[in-house]
Amino acid sequence: MPKPVVNDFVVKFANVNGSGSASANGMFAKSILRMGVPVAARNIFPSNIQGLPTWFEVRVTEAGHLGRRGGVDLMVAMNPQTWDRDLAEIEPGGYLFYDSTKPLPPGKFRDDVTTIGVPLTAMCNDRYELPRERQLFKNIVYVGALAALLGIDPKVIEQLLAEQFAGRQKLIDANVEALHLGVDYVKADLEPLRLQVKKADKVGDRIFVEGNSAAALGAVYGGATVCAWYPITPSTSLAEAFTGYCEDLRTDADGKAKYAIVQAEDEIASIGIVVGAGWNGARAFTATSGPGVSLMTEFIGLSYFAEIPAVIFDVQRGGPSTGMPTRTQQADLIGAAYASHGDTKHPMLLPADPGECFEMGALAFDLSDRLQTTIFVMLDLDIGMNEWLTAPFKWDDKRQLDRGKVMTHDMLEAGADFGRYKDVDGDGIPFRTYPGVHPSKGSYFTRGTSRNPYARYSEEGAVYVDNMERLLRKFETAKALIPAPITKPAKRKTKDGVIYFGSSTPSMLEALEHLEGQGRHLDAMRVRGFPFCDEVYDFVAAHERVFVVEQNRDGQLRTLLMNEGEIDPGKLVAVLHYDGTPITARFIAGKIGQLMTLGQIEAAE
Amino acid sequence: MTYILKPQLHHPKLAENSLGFTRRDYEGSVSTLCAGCGHDSISSAIIQAAFELELPPHRIAKLSGIGCSSKTPDYFMGASHGFNTVHGRMPSVLTGANLANKDLIYLGVSGDGDSASIGLGQFAHAVRRGVNMLYIVENNGVYGLTKGQFSATSDKGSKSKKGVVNHDAGIDLVGMALQLGATYVGRSFSGDKEQLVPLIKAGLMHKGAAFIDCISPCVQFNNHAGSTKSFDYVREHNEAVNRMDVIPHRDAIDVKYPAGTTVKVAQHDGSVLSLHKLAELYNPNNRAQALGYLQARQARGQVVTGLLYIDPDAGDLHDALETVDTPLNELSGADLTPGSKALEAINAGLR
Repeated sequence: MPKPVVNDFVVKFANVNGSGSASANGMFAKSILRMGVPVAARNIFPSNIQGLPTWFEVRVTEAGHLGRRGGVDLMVAMNPQTWDRDLAEIEPGGYLFYDSTKPLPPGKFRDDVTTIGVPLTAMCNDRYELPRERQLFKNIVYVGALAALLGIDPKVIEQLLAEQFAGRQKLIDANVEALHLGVDYVKADLEPLRLQVKKADKVGDRIFVEGNSAAALGAVYGGATVCAWYPITPSTSLAEAFTGYCEDLRTDADGKAKYAIVQAEDEIASIGIVVGAGWNGARAFTATSGPGVSLMTEFIGLSYFAEIPAVIFDVQRGGPSTGMPTRTQQADLIGAAYASHGDTKHPMLLPADPGECFEMGALAFDLSDRLQTTIFVMLDLDIGMNEWLTAPFKWDDKRQLDRGKVMTHDMLEAGADFGRYKDVDGDGIPFRTYPGVHPSKGSYFTRGTSRNPYARYSEEGAVYVDNMERLLRKFETAKALIPAPITKPAKRKTKDGVIYFGSSTPSMLEALEHLEGQGRHLDAMRVRGFPFCDEVYDFVAAHERVFVVEQNRDGQLRTLLMNEGEIDPGKLVAVLHYDGTPITARFIAGKIGQLMTLGQIEAAE
Repeated sequence: MTYILKPQLHHPKLAENSLGFTRRDYEGSVSTLCAGCGHDSISSAIIQAAFELELPPHRIAKLSGIGCSSKTPDYFMGASHGFNTVHGRMPSVLTGANLANKDLIYLGVSGDGDSASIGLGQFAHAVRRGVNMLYIVENNGVYGLTKGQFSATSDKGSKSKKGVVNHDAGIDLVGMALQLGATYVGRSFSGDKEQLVPLIKAGLMHKGAAFIDCISPCVQFNNHAGSTKSFDYVREHNEAVNRMDVIPHRDAIDVKYPAGTTVKVAQHDGSVLSLHKLAELYNPNNRAQALGYLQARQARGQVVTGLLYIDPDAGDLHDALETVDTPLNELSGADLTPGSKALEAINAGLR
């Protein structure tokens, strides 16, 4: 028998949407985490509620590689519809786990794949009467069987069941029984697989959480009080998580809400409500995806020009148009950065994991108040809707909310000169007042049309240009406030660099290890926001060739770098992955390796 | 359009209200609308209403969309914050502003293009949410700023200045507001200040979504024969159901009313509306009857005006959301940020 593969393999579950498999699969992933072994888990699901194929991929990775690996070592094939393509995806020497209740013709299997049949349907039909019970418990039975096959301690799963159904002993007992149906079948009739989970201590105090939840919690900690939103995959769970956290954390002793959440009639109304609340001094946000941002663009321009704070969480999905609504991409960068008509640009934050979704989710509100403009937080479906292993959330209790330049009643009373659009400090940021602040001072008329520094209507060219130049100064000020990039120098001096961001990060880091193993050295920089600070341009200047890795077709980050930094396009080499699946280390390392080899051949010629 | 400063001098004997404000303190900059525009009469009615109600001008927030009507908030209450938003989207901005600070009075000013065409959806949803506001549509049945195109409130069969006949059915915003759950619905005419000022006063004091459709003839593009929004047409077809007086709660309310034709309605804030019924059978407390009456009269070619419906006990969006009494924009970091202890508990639940 070949050597066991411990804590380093990929299990993929092929299920039918709506069969109740998601919670069983989630429990499978969590049981491995509880054994101290890191996992990266991803849902691959259709835009549908019931009946279509759905997949759940679990990468077991003691080394802590949290990107998608690609390839499958154990396929749990529970969906006859997708049998053929699921079978084809298994790596040679891998395993196929299936429900062997009905015999299948030999042509439905592969010689280079070990087949493990468990008669799940027959077992459940014997044990359970109700069709729904047969269906739901079948999921737990296969989790039990897999645990026994892979060496996962059933006690760990029992504990998880006890936590999930706390207080409902009957349900716990029934699930534990189903679990052991699976465990016992394997113990009696089958051998453990070569793929094994062994207890380790590699998870530490990390938490397992979706980026959307984390961003929503960031909004709570960032002091957001108004949320207006319209349901759209993959952002819906962000607004829903905000609702849940607010109910728990923002309800006062009398049961009253220190927040207001409106499910608006569309994305235009959502951003309108956000702009209205921001104008009136509340911290407000919306959560949406690309199509929603498209609808919001007129208001985003108003926020830019009238200088009203707003926060937009854009959980990116596959575009254009309805595109691939349940697949991941990083394809809204240009759309967000330059959203709206006229000359506009907007700061963006680019979180790489749920931990940063929390931090940047809170920071976005300080930035929007400080800069008096729309701040985008650019998540994507991969970070937003999958649970990621991430460092625990932290909050410094001494941290104060930065409300920016707000002229108060006392300042007005003391005779401060209030010009709503007047640059008093040279940073391009004017003072604002909240409506109702003073009986006779500080009021002004907000409009999207041109006006002078004292907010009076003006169509004079010079006045308009002055104001537009000030807005550029403000954008310059933003550079210092956006989180700085993180650089990972190569072990050896090199002329090659790579720039990446967001959910590509874990795969990128793993790819750097592969490349280094091949003797290919690259300095790496993760950008964390827009506008780019000088450090980013210095990094490009310090290298002969810089690969730009991103998950879209047109190299949108590369375009922003060229456009904002006037960088020679020939210097920035695009590495693009955009089929809707999360980018893998194999892809990045393969592509960069190929390009570097090609470069050497060209140089030799 | 240029910004013209109004002269600061005024008559030394201008009457002051109890706050020490004169009517001038409720005015804004000089109107740039056409001479004789109905909208200026409405601005003037708003000024008078706020002066008589003795509202501190800075506690009012004025919001509008885009169009002739939406320019008017610049022409009244210069000490109030104003927001000229984007076309058809004032209702959402007003909703957000209202959520941020429940203590201000929100006045939304819009037009028939702004509310019945591009903004019909937002109009409907702000009304059905019960946003605490007075929403006035200055309705002239025409696009003025772009020079005379039909709007969606133009009646079927009415004629444009160029002689084109409108073949689309007109939208009746009063009927929509009633159907959508507005808790204060009135219609008036810019040329009838006696009716309009009390309607605005009561609307400003009403808690919940208050709506006034104010027919306001466009002297340039919709005041000709064949128009159903001209001064002459409205005067001839106006069918007022009631006349109203508003008695704010700070006054003694034991005022004597003529018996038989007067209905007293007490609002949430303690103010009393005294309705002098003109149409004997009209009952402003019944939504279904109001809709029926409106449509029956409309079928006879009459434009019903007055206070058409009121629910004096209405709640608003903040009641529905059960928000705290303190305005959300006044909550401090300590109120809003749960702190590191709470975060540790959340972390523990995610392992």
